[in-house]
Parts: sequence; C-alpha cells; structure tokens
Amino acid sequence: MNNLKQEDHSRSAYWRANIKILAGLLLIWFISSFLLGIVFVKELNQFRMGGFKIGFWFAQQGSIYVFLLIIFYYVWRMNKLDKEFDVDE
Amino acid sequence: MDILTWTYIIVGLTFALYIGIAIKTRASSTKEFYIAGGGVSPLANGIATAADWMSAASFISMAGLISFMGYDGSVYLMGWTGGYVLLALLLAPYLRKFGKYTVPDFVGDRYYSQTARLVAVVAAIFISFTYVAGQMRGVGIVFSRFLEVDINTGVIIGMIIVVFYAVLGGMKGITYTQVAQYCVLIFAYMVPAIFISLQLTGNPIPQLGFGGTLNDGTYLLDKVDGLLTELGFIAYTSGSKGMLDMFFITAALMVGTAGLPHVIVRFFTVPKVKDARKSAGYALLFIAILYTTAPAVGVFGIYNMITNINGQKIESLPTWVQNWQKTGLITIEDKNQDGMILYQKDKVKNELTIDKDIMVLANPEIAGLPNWVVALVAAGGLAAALSTAAGLLLVISTAISRDLLKNALAPNISEKSELLYARMAAIFAVVVAGYFGVNPPGFVAEVVAFAFGLAAASFFPIIIMGIFSKRMNKEGAIAGMIIGLIFTLGYLIYFKFMNPELNNKDHWWFGISPEGIGTLGMILNFVVSIIISKFTPPPPKHIQDLVEEIRIPRGATSAIIH
Repeated sequence: MNNLKQEDHSRSAYWRANIKILAGLLLIWFISSFLLGIVFVKELNQFRMGGFKIGFWFAQQGSIYVFLLIIFYYVWRMNKLDKEFDVDE
Repeated sequence: MDILTWTYIIVGLTFALYIGIAIKTRASSTKEFYIAGGGVSPLANGIATAADWMSAASFISMAGLISFMGYDGSVYLMGWTGGYVLLALLLAPYLRKFGKYTVPDFVGDRYYSQTARLVAVVAAIFISFTYVAGQMRGVGIVFSRFLEVDINTGVIIGMIIVVFYAVLGGMKGITYTQVAQYCVLIFAYMVPAIFISLQLTGNPIPQLGFGGTLNDGTYLLDKVDGLLTELGFIAYTSGSKGMLDMFFITAALMVGTAGLPHVIVRFFTVPKVKDARKSAGYALLFIAILYTTAPAVGVFGIYNMITNINGQKIESLPTWVQNWQKTGLITIEDKNQDGMILYQKDKVKNELTIDKDIMVLANPEIAGLPNWVVALVAAGGLAAALSTAAGLLLVISTAISRDLLKNALAPNISEKSELLYARMAAIFAVVVAGYFGVNPPGFVAEVVAFAFGLAAASFFPIIIMGIFSKRMNKEGAIAGMIIGLIFTLGYLIYFKFMNPELNNKDHWWFGISPEGIGTLGMILNFVVSIIISKFTPPPPKHIQDLVEEIRIPRGATSAIIH
C-alpha cells in the first residue's frame, strides 16, 4: 500500500515538473512569434541586422528557428526528466 | 534534350520509385495499414510528416503568395510551423502513449462516448475531404503545365498512382513513399533557390541572401521596399492587415495544424513516447528547410519580376517572360500603347498581371539552369501533391473502416475483413477526391483554409483537455466540439458564401477575418466545455486512470498490443 502511495506521489511530482517545463517553453514560443513577430513588430523594425529589419526577420525567419530550438530542447529535457523520475522506456 | 522529354523521364522515374516502394512495403495487417506497424524510426517519421504536411500549395504557391503579401505573408510562415511546437509539447507524446490508431479513437475512448466518437469521425472526414480535393486538383494542374496533358487526365493519372500505393501499402507504404517524395521535393525546391540567391546576392544560402546586398551595394529588402513604394504599393516589409487579425490568423493556423488528423496520426507510427517527441522535432526541421527558403524565394521573385519587366520595351523582354506568357501565368497588355510595360498598383494603368505560382515555376529559367532542373521542379510539385493526398486519403479510409465500422456499426468483423474494408474505403475516398479534382466546386480554394479553422475549433481543445484535465467529461467535450464547429462554420459561411460583399474589415467581428475566426472558435470550445463539465458528473474512475496512464511515458510499447 505504502509503495503504491509513493508511486502516486512521484507520478504527480513528475507531472508538475513536466507542466513547469511546458509553461516555460510555451512562453518562449509565444514571445518569439506573437510578440516579436506581430505585436511589437513596428518598434523592432527600427533596429536592423544586416539587410533585415528585426521585427520582419522574426516574423519570416527567426520565429521558425526558435521553434526548432524549443522542440529539441524539450526532447533533451524530457528524456532527462523521465530518467530522474524513473518513468523512461 | 528538351524540357518535355526530361520531364517525362524524371517524373516517370520518380513514379516507378514510389510504386516500387509500395510493393516492397505493402501492409499485411490492420496495424500495418493504420500505423505502419508502430515501428517507424523517428527520423523516417519526421521526414514522412514533412512530406505529408507540405502540399502542392506549399511547394508551388506559397513563395509567390508571400511575395505579393510581403510582411502580411508571415502568418503562413509562423502559423504553419508554430503548430509543431504545440504538437511536440502538448499532443504527440501523450497520444502516442494512448497507443490507438486514430483521433476519433482517442476522443471516443477518453470521453467514454459513442456520440463523441461520431462527432469526431464526421469532423475528421469533413476536414480531410475539403483538404484532399485541392490536392487532386493540384496534381492535375502540375501535370497539365509540365506534361502538356489535359488537367482531368492529370487528375486521373494521379488517382491511379495514389490508389496503387495507398491501397496496397496503407500507412506503411505511404510512410516510405513519403520519405522518397520529401527527398525529391526538397531537392527540386532548393537547387533553383540556391542559384537564384547566388545570382542576385552572391550568397549561396537563400536564408542569408534574403538579407544580403545586390550588385550595387544596396540591401535587397531595401531595394524591393523602394521599388514597390515607387509603384504605388506598400513597402514589402510592412503590412496592411490589422494587428489583431494577424494575431488571430497566425493562432488559427498554428492550432489548426496541431489539430489536423492526418498530421496527428503520423505520431502513432513510432515505437516509443520519446520517439514521438523527437520525431516532431525532425518533422519541423525538414519543414523549416523549405519554409525558411520560401520567403527568400518570394522576395527574389518579386525583385526579378519588377526589374526584368517593369519599364521594359515589349519586344526586348527576356525569353523566359515570353515563354511563360504562353501559359497565361504572365499577361501583358499595353494599355497606353507606348510599347513599354508599366507595373502599377492602380488597376486602370497597370499593364502586367503575374500569377503567384510563377515565382517558383520560372526560377530555373530565370537562373539559367539546365532543362533537367525544370523537369525536377515538376517532379517536386507532384511529389508534394501526391504525398499530402495519400496521407489525407488514409485518414478518410481509417475513419470509415475503423471508427465507423469496427468501433461503431460492426464491432464483430474479423481483422482480415477490416483490412479489406479499409482498402475499399481507400478506393472510395480516392474516387470521391478525384471527382472533386475533375469537377472542383468553385469554393475549393476557400474551403482548404476552412480546414484549419475547423480543426482548431473542434479537435485541438478537446484533445488538450483530454490529456491535461482529469475532470473534463463527455458532456463538456461534446458540447464544446459542437459549439466550436457551429460557430466557426457559421462565421465562415456567413462571410464567404452568404454575404461575400460584407467580407471586409468594417463588418468582421473585432476586425477578425474568416481565416482567423478558428481561434475564437477554439476559445469558445474551451470555455463552453469547462463550464458544462462543472455542472455535470466527473468522468468514471477508469477514465481518470487512463489519463494518469497516458501522462507517463513508460509502458508505451505494450500499450498498442490489445
């Protein structure tokens, strides 16, 4: 019985840790596309990076690179988390 | 050799390859037919997802669309890639752990309700059919443009090829043909893009050439901004859409992408939960190669069009302009009879009309590349259209044979007859899709955009809540799905079909265009289902245990054996 309770406890701790990781990554997802590429695009366009205005670059290039980084970081982080909580396959 | 001969050779070779793969990888069980036996490597699944995802429209039309929309075109770039973040983080790993074959499977089981399953089946079939009709038309158009056959003959040739490998191979056959199709399409896209980038900016990487300088030392984007404002258009790097509308359209495309059944189902085919996560990363990587190149191709294209055609004498136009005039994709009408071509925003004075597809199709000739590259672009367009069509047809056939027959109408059929029904359903789906390809309803193009809004307003919220909320029950889910669908469909039909003359900023709710309304439908779905679930009984214990179970990666390999 005790064992089962412990497992429940570790499962909900795993889930909470997972949600925390998700929330952080989704915040970055939101900032890189909706904020930098849409809401603040005019302000950012006053700054340049070579031939690109920064806001425009985020909307057409940068956000996509950030998306890629988010997913690959998530893969790495979750594999680690699965091992920590002993729920890996 | 001339272009036509090369096209026949290259298209013939690629088709032989697809059929060869289909014969080698044909499905022998329902598990192989529905989810390729669950043994696809994450890399192969990532590539197949990318091919599945990128349609004829992504390949042929997207760059041109962006080149005419400028900054406004960013909604497609962010919308059609950002959805993969949602898929990887919120859906794919858990649905893989759930371990069944279809989206309605999940909805029906998680919400312990045949009604929920049926609503999901109807939504899946409707979304996939609207999408596939456009693909079959795309196959016909590519055939007619490159092989000089009638569009309808092209659609029928495409149907025969797809029937062959989708019916024979099921998900297993489709997966490995999609891997081959991705290789063909990305090679065909990148070669001309690299050469055009070199020619204009001296940089072989289009993503960098995009922000590079021209021969005269000015930045390409500044030059294009200047050219367009001179001609009366708004600058390339600024937009005309309202901020809220941009926001809503981008969100609808992202969430819609994550809710499309033919994309979700691909993540059922990998062996483990961690493979599903990794596979979503690979999928986005392979999609991003094309999606970060497309805006560069768009700006190269608009620059080439303006500088090569505007203000030039009609008799001294480059040969590629004359060639494409024959196809009707470039039309020139010397309205003021001065022997020069004038490109202007003002429709009365403008003498040049360019079809958006030209930005990709004419690139090999503009860059002076050999004829076989032109043929390769044709094969690439066909690969893009066929791979997407096959993925969609599989969803439709699975929805019929598994979700309708096996899980609802005739639960006692043997696996062998279920497989037979799946194949018959695939043939039926191809024939219906082909019919719409030959007789396209006038609204096909419009309807494809609907698929995203509807997927966003129906599937996405209830799948998310099915995983992240143990309290969400069948009453809430069914109500949310139905309200989300009806609201979104109602708004679309009102503005697109009933009152197209009112379809403008002044009449839209909060300035949200029909393309972006799926986001509001999604929010409504969330709100309605949460409220309804508060006033109705919680799901039974075994469902709450199921939710516990899908949240933990361990045990996924055994989950699909049942």
